[in-house]
Amino acid sequence: MAQFNWYQRILFSVMLCVAAAAVVFVSSGDILAAEGMAQEENILDRPLEEIVGQLAPQNQLTLFPCSDCHNDLPPNPKKRELGEPHNELPGIFKHDAKNRWCLDCHDMRNRDKLRLLNGALVDFKEYYRLCEQCHGRIYREWKVGVHNKITGHWKGEKQYWHCAKCHNPHDPVFKPQKPAPPPRKPTEIYIKTKK
Amino acid sequence: MSENKNTEHRAQKTDITRRKFLAGLAACASALSLPLNADASMLEEYFRQHFKRLDKDELNTILKNLEKEFSQKYEKAVTVKATPAMEDVLFGYTLDVSRCIGCRKCVYACIKENNQSRNPQIHWIKDLEFKRDEKWFHFKDSEPYYDPPEVPQKGRFYLPVQCQQCKNPPCVKVCPVKATWQEPDGIVVVDYNWCIGCRYCMAACPYEARRFNWGKPDIPKEELNPNMHYLGNRPRPKGVVEKCTWCIQRTREGRYPACIEICPTGARKFGNLLDPESDVRQVLDNFRVFRLKEDLGTNPKFFYFFSLGTHIKAK
Ligand code: HEC
Ligand code: HEC
Ligand code: HEC
Ligand code: HEC
Repeated sequence: MAQFNWYQRILFSVMLCVAAAAVVFVSSGDILAAEGMAQEENILDRPLEEIVGQLAPQNQLTLFPCSDCHNDLPPNPKKRELGEPHNELPGIFKHDAKNRWCLDCHDMRNRDKLRLLNGALVDFKEYYRLCEQCHGRIYREWKVGVHNKITGHWKGEKQYWHCAKCHNPHDPVFKPQKPAPPPRKPTEIYIKTKK
Repeated sequence: MSENKNTEHRAQKTDITRRKFLAGLAACASALSLPLNADASMLEEYFRQHFKRLDKDELNTILKNLEKEFSQKYEKAVTVKATPAMEDVLFGYTLDVSRCIGCRKCVYACIKENNQSRNPQIHWIKDLEFKRDEKWFHFKDSEPYYDPPEVPQKGRFYLPVQCQQCKNPPCVKVCPVKATWQEPDGIVVVDYNWCIGCRYCMAACPYEARRFNWGKPDIPKEELNPNMHYLGNRPRPKGVVEKCTWCIQRTREGRYPACIEICPTGARKFGNLLDPESDVRQVLDNFRVFRLKEDLGTNPKFFYFFSLGTHIKAK
């Protein structure tokens, strides 16, 4: 067995410590790298279509394409009462109505498109990009299915619901409903129906 | 090891002889108590083994007999399955209290899906209404019979309660005959043929989630759900206990429970707790959740949370 003197021993243990530290450092580097990977794979960054799998059918627009009429109409950005066919809309419009008007969301020149705050145009079927601008947190929760309704299969095909199925963009408050009848009280749980 | 085997063997042996003895005794007794026109299926029902000890053939015959019985009684084609738990699945449920509006649609979807008795009335889901400014969490401070023209009402919130599918279920512990147990996927089930109706489980359940058939259940023929599970929504006899099974007949086939499908707000979420991508894990991984009466150590797999803060609403 080889004999070591004191400084060889110290040198040896220092080397051991350095080696151990290096191992720890490298492996923690690995962990960080792995975390980076995990972050890259963040569910929120994936394309919407992939996450929400399949969106349930969208609302059927009754007036689309808008250009059928609007190609021949001079655009009028003035906030006002509207005649046919939109005579009801200004009345129900309650979405920050004090500060907004139709053409904050609908494009003035190309009525078949929606308009983001930065001026970019998006299709009606991507209307949710509109909502994302102001309701970012809820939009994220919608994307992962929390602020959402998912039907179909927990294992298998799912359908995610559109914001516009639950919130009318012009009057977005979730509409109150009549509740189904309350349960019978224990004292009347059994109702004799015959004789 | 061999010790073990020996005792097991011995236990089995004594068990068999005891069972034979009991069967003999029961046969004598039944000669007196069974109606004279008792047929084979009635005898079978009388001597039926515990569900977990049935072999495949026995189970299949039982299911076939039930299908025949219900198809005749309700005048439509009925299937009764006993689909077992999937592997690597532990079911969980989350409910967003801040988005529930208390409309009770879930209550009635559940009744239909699970063939609950209409009269006497049995509801597996109870929707509790609480006042916002009062202390809550005590069921006794809640109003289950609320009936305003519209929900949600200002200053109120709603807390639907159904079986919490505890991981440590007191109801299972107290059952003197092992008629209720926890399945591998976490669903607590009842074998209605084994239940003796003592209602200990109802007393033990801190969530008031179990219901007893005080009278003969009554299900309208045209509303009967013909897709049944032996441990779930098959029609129950009088005198047994029943409760929510997270729609075992649907969820064991990959579908969502009926309450999830009907909820207009999307407040309800169901899925596999072991799958990091499941709907319930999205909630558990991103929100602070709570469970009812957590201090009792029942460890429910039903989680509540608030996705929307308490804040001043528009309007
Ligand atoms: C049947 C013809 C018709 C169709 C289809 C139609 N509009 Fe209009 N729209 C009109 C008329 C007419 C006016 C002017 C009303 C007034 O000034 O009283 C108008 C006005 C508007 C305005 C008010 C601003 C302005 O330029 O006058 C908006 C916004 C608008 N329409 C959006 C749409 C959108 C979005 C669609 C498609 C989803 C659509 N319209 C489809 C006939 C139509
Ligand atoms: C917050 C953005 C926003 C504002 C403001 C807005 N809309 Fe819309 N509008 C939408 C979205 C999003 C849709 C598509 C709805 C859907 O897919 O169900 C839509 C749909 C429509 C449609 C088609 C409805 C149908 O069934 O065919 C018309 C018409 C329309 N808007 C007119 C107007 C008018 C007029 C105003 C002003 C009073 C207005 N919108 C204000 C976002 C907005
Ligand atoms: C330009 C910003 C903006 C956009 C875009 C926008 N919202 Fe809003 N939204 C608001 C504001 C501001 C309020 C608060 C309104 C108030 O206080 O009356 C609001 C309120 C709401 C509410 C709550 C209503 C209530 O009182 O409970 C809902 C739901 C909603 N928006 C849904 C949507 C949907 C869906 C979209 C996409 C079609 C959308 N919003 C797009 C700004 C926006
Ligand atoms: C399945 C139905 C459903 C869908 C889909 C849905 N929401 Fe909601 N949303 C609700 C319910 C229910 C509430 C709570 C209503 C209440 O408190 O009365 C709500 C509340 C809101 C609020 C008010 C938040 C607050 O703090 O009060 C906003 C804003 C909103 N939703 C935006 C959206 C947007 C944006 C989308 C799509 C990205 C969306 N919602 C999709 C059902 C839905």
